[in-house]
Amino acid sequence: MKKVYLSADEALHDVKDNMTIMLGGFGLCGIPENGIATLVKMGVKGLTCISNNAGVDDFGIGLMLQHHQVKKMISSYVGENAEFERQLLSGELEVELIPQGTLATRCMMSGYGIPAFYTPAGVGTEVANGKEIRNFNGKDYLMELAFDADFALVKAWKGDTMGNLIFKDTARNFNPMMAMAGKITVAEVEELLEPGVLDANQIHTPGIYVHRIFQGDQYKKKIEQRTVRKKS
Amino acid sequence: MLTKEQIAERIARELKDGMYVNLGIGIPTLVANYVPKGMTIILQSENGLLGMGPFPYEGEEDPDLINAGKQTITTLPGSSFFDSAMSFGMIRAGKVNLTVLGAMEVADNGDIANWKIPGKMVKGMGGAMDLVASAQNIIVAMQHTDKAGNSKLLPKCSLPITGLACVRKIVSDLGVFDINAQGFLLLETAPGVSVDYIKEKTLGRLQIADDVKEIQF
Repeated sequence: MKKVYLSADEALHDVKDNMTIMLGGFGLCGIPENGIATLVKMGVKGLTCISNNAGVDDFGIGLMLQHHQVKKMISSYVGENAEFERQLLSGELEVELIPQGTLATRCMMSGYGIPAFYTPAGVGTEVANGKEIRNFNGKDYLMELAFDADFALVKAWKGDTMGNLIFKDTARNFNPMMAMAGKITVAEVEELLEPGVLDANQIHTPGIYVHRIFQGDQYKKKIEQRTVRKKS
Repeated sequence: MLTKEQIAERIARELKDGMYVNLGIGIPTLVANYVPKGMTIILQSENGLLGMGPFPYEGEEDPDLINAGKQTITTLPGSSFFDSAMSFGMIRAGKVNLTVLGAMEVADNGDIANWKIPGKMVKGMGGAMDLVASAQNIIVAMQHTDKAGNSKLLPKCSLPITGLACVRKIVSDLGVFDINAQGFLLLETAPGVSVDYIKEKTLGRLQIADDVKEIQF
């Protein structure tokens, strides 16, 4: 079994133009920084990116936008990014907005082998356009489809060479869902360990969902909104 | 008229011990500053945390620990982390007792619009549609009118809808309103604001409670 790769460059060598890529993270928290840097370096274009947010101008998916690599963004919230706005208004970039819980569940259902599910989010809104509505117990629900991606890039805190992953704090967010939804899931971890070091009781994502894993480096972990209180 | 802080302070009086509460961005976030002493409220942050604590002390910020507004925060004893699917699972399943959020418009049947202004940059609904579709109880914190003085409490929302017939209560800068089958019901007025003024500034159907009183601070 070979899951361990030496670097993001090696783990993502076969990403091609026009592929669909999922990227974990919420804002800039828990994003696959090394994977994004490699995609920028490779210069792959025409990508459809599924990610809760689209980064900021100079970090995260914003870096891929700067290099005009993204054709379509599927997200729940895309504020905080001037270049995104410019490309959207100029017609260069397509965007599909999805309620956040629906986005997470569409990824998860893919990993659970369930093709569709019903959710009340978006009933009566433009999100419902063209979707099947069914009434259960007196309440309307929309049918939403599971979706997957050619590659899912996720970021974990610790992982082992079997592909088992543990996330830290709120950097978990969409990462476990997207790990389940990649035809090829590539996990980057801050610390890559030998099997048996991680407590099997504490694993968040079992290695069966992870095809490739590497230890990332030079994490910048930028903070979008630094809010603090003074010691009194 | 109520300040933003006073709107938050008034909403905090709706809290009950042991409630799980999701606070939206803006005025709703301020509600956390007015939790009555001795009461335990568990704040849910939809990016994956129950038991959200205050901002960290300077130098103790952790980029892996943020709230849904992307602000650095802390945990409290008894906090728990989870993924985004479970986070919205507990919201959809009605486990979160109270949601407080802002609105651009509310209709007198409880419809809410708060995510999109056509012709302006669309940033997305984030978790708002999931929250309003499933919350057990939704309180809206909002300004009663726009900058030109036009009512934002309407017979029908003019902006794209976020969710249907879901808002139960509004605390605006002019007063406190329930929403029932007859429309808005004025329960309390802001200090110095007359019932007639509120009638003038409310376009949707409005009834006045028999025992309408002034909010005391």
